Amino acid sequence: MTSTLSPPVATPAEPRGRSTFGRMLRAEWTKFRTLRGWVLAVLIGAALIDVVGLFAVHSTISCDQGSGKACYQPLPTGPGGQAVTDSFYFVRQPLAGDGAITVRMTSLTGHYSAAPPAPAEPSAGSAVPPATPADPGQQAGGVDATQPWSKAGIIIKASTTPGSAYAAMTATGGHGTRMQWNFTHDVAGLAGPVAAASPQWLRLTRAGDTVTGYDSADGVTWTKVATAHLAGLPATVQVGLFATSPGVLVVTESFGGSSATGTSSTATGTFDHVLLSGATTGAGWTGEAIAGDGAPGARPGGDQPGSYERAGDQIRVTGSGDIAPAVPGVSSSPAPTAAIEDHLQGVFLGLITLVVVAAMFATAEYRRGLVRVTLAAMPGRGRVLAAKAVVIGAATFAAALVAAAIAVPVGARLSRDEGSYVLPVSGPTEARVIVGTALLVAVCAVLALAVGVILRRGAAAVAAVVVGIVLPYLLGVVPALPVEAREWVLRVTPAAGFAIEQSIPRYAQVTAEYSPPAYFPLSPWAGFAVLCGYAAAALAVAYVLLRRRDA
Amino acid sequence: MTATAPALTRQDQRTSPRDAWLAGRHALRAEWTKQRTVAGPGWLLVAAAVLTIAVSAAAAAATHCRPGGECPVDTAKLSLTGVQLGQAVVAVLATTAVGAEYGTGLIRVTLTAVPGRLTLLAAKAVTVTVPVLIASTAGVLGSLLAGRLLLPGHGLGPSRGFTALTLTDGPVLRAAGGSVLYLALIALLALGIATAVRDTAAAIGIVLGLLYVLPIIAAATANPHWQRHLNQLSPMTAGLEIQATTNLDTLPIAPWSGLGVLAAWAAAALLTGALLLRFRDA
Repeated sequence: MTSTLSPPVATPAEPRGRSTFGRMLRAEWTKFRTLRGWVLAVLIGAALIDVVGLFAVHSTISCDQGSGKACYQPLPTGPGGQAVTDSFYFVRQPLAGDGAITVRMTSLTGHYSAAPPAPAEPSAGSAVPPATPADPGQQAGGVDATQPWSKAGIIIKASTTPGSAYAAMTATGGHGTRMQWNFTHDVAGLAGPVAAASPQWLRLTRAGDTVTGYDSADGVTWTKVATAHLAGLPATVQVGLFATSPGVLVVTESFGGSSATGTSSTATGTFDHVLLSGATTGAGWTGEAIAGDGAPGARPGGDQPGSYERAGDQIRVTGSGDIAPAVPGVSSSPAPTAAIEDHLQGVFLGLITLVVVAAMFATAEYRRGLVRVTLAAMPGRGRVLAAKAVVIGAATFAAALVAAAIAVPVGARLSRDEGSYVLPVSGPTEARVIVGTALLVAVCAVLALAVGVILRRGAAAVAAVVVGIVLPYLLGVVPALPVEAREWVLRVTPAAGFAIEQSIPRYAQVTAEYSPPAYFPLSPWAGFAVLCGYAAAALAVAYVLLRRRDA
Repeated sequence: MTATAPALTRQDQRTSPRDAWLAGRHALRAEWTKQRTVAGPGWLLVAAAVLTIAVSAAAAAATHCRPGGECPVDTAKLSLTGVQLGQAVVAVLATTAVGAEYGTGLIRVTLTAVPGRLTLLAAKAVTVTVPVLIASTAGVLGSLLAGRLLLPGHGLGPSRGFTALTLTDGPVLRAAGGSVLYLALIALLALGIATAVRDTAAAIGIVLGLLYVLPIIAAATANPHWQRHLNQLSPMTAGLEIQATTNLDTLPIAPWSGLGVLAAWAAAALLTGALLLRFRDA
């Protein structure tokens, strides 16, 4: 292709079984590892991930209560390994073996004690107003209204221990009838609110580890909502009625940030035609407040623990709290909460260092004319590019993997020691955050290599990649632009890849302030795929240009 | 000091003020010829202005205020959002102006021709800063114009009580003029770092890391005390407070003081670069 290139010399004494690509890999690896500056820069980049990340931990701690040590009550952990809020009023009795519970619900009402700040216009503050005022009348000192996710219904639960496995059929304040189980699962049933004029029938049947939920408008025609497999459900479970209601959340976007304020609320469900089948003890109903919100009795505003009353066939249950995964922003724990990815703030500085090395890995060849030697020795230009991408990708992946594998657990431990509450996540999620961070860094390095081949100028390549990845992240997380614009930026730019670090997902069944940086608009792997798309496109352009252009 | 032209250096240092002035003028002319006769800087200047306007217009287009709503938006700052991207292009221009000479070895020729190294650095600073000032003026005025055209249609016009984006308004003039100065200071900061580091890729990495990463770390810091201090020290956050026209009392640092922080960063970088250039072999 170029006049400077001679045809590849036939290699006479080639060791058998070693492919040309293998030799290319080895040549590129030798070029990389024998430059002390580059190896040092990769190590510095990895060290920056840890040093900055762990420094940020220290500066985030602001637990002022008492000694500053462990000033939080850990939240219960659900069957999936995540932190959960498991706090409700439970009217229960034990059920041995298989069985079923059927009820008719005639009303679901709510109440919250202190009126939250007047909901502003949606653009200024995305207030989450009480959705369905079951009783529009306003009493002195409180408002009678349910929250969108106020819940009351029937539940089969492994035990009264907060965080234990469960399956529930529940009416909600604003989302119709739902079947929910093990905190993260949520399936819609009948739509519309429960009222005396439009009662709803709910049924849960247990057979082994399987709980199936049904709903019905008339008690005759039943529709299956979902089937839950609760692994390891004990032989004797607790079955009964429950009511709970999350805090009223008002998110106010103000100059330079947004704040969420909450006040507690209660929900009251009215049940009749309660029918239990199966091996019950016959001891009758027991009422009990389950307090699994991390801070029993210590919440600002003071939760009503709940109550129940029987009037003939009718049972009324009142409760407060939530049965849901705990998320940053609405956690009831009084301590500062952190997610495990909060200790990965050093990735940005480490990333820039590694991007510089990766861009130089491409542009240094052009600067010294080494590229002509390289292409004379290895005329397969596409494979040269591939070999370079593999070497730089693997080297940066390994460095970032070690760094992230240190930063995440050590950072979480330091945070806990300092009195901050780190939301626990399941093992696979933690592994995804760590490996995903390393993948993110490696893909960015490959992107920088490709841009380096395209532009053939170190400064321009580094600037293009940093501006493509770090600047959009900055615009996305700093609350200078409106939330929609920030989410848009984090959806279409390579910065979408940082979604892979998000450990706590959005839950449709939890009202919270879902905004960057804690929550990305795309799911972890979808965001990562956007970044990979940019890297693949850059590699393709680099391949075409490398083949078409003279070196 | 240098092995390349010791005799000239000594002679140069003993010259009269008039000769020094002449040497400076010649150095300036030489640097200007280098800048003007390659295509790169020209394109970068155009790119700086165009990208600044494009991002500013996109930010203005993405921001809406519904009727009756209270929108905490600083329209001047919003319509100058593109400066955050434009500064990267400016930094590339400045690092290339000095770093590329090391990449090609041209620096030895340059130092033979202009043995007064501080004279050379000053000439480079002038030939980089003046075009940057012109390009950023175009970018800033274009951004304000885009904001002025787009924002009133999104409920953010003067009729709703938002700042009118005219240069006759004192704070807006300060935001616009300050943004131009901000970009010039970024060029000087990048020039100083590139002189010290002598490699374009590494220099741009350091400059952009300094600019973009400090605000990210500050945003992730929950402790308000630390956050405020980081924002006061960060060259980008502090420097861009010059764009603020509303809620001035809640800023971590006053507008002109913030620009002063960036100026201090730039001065420190230039001083480091100058000392290393003066006392190091090329």
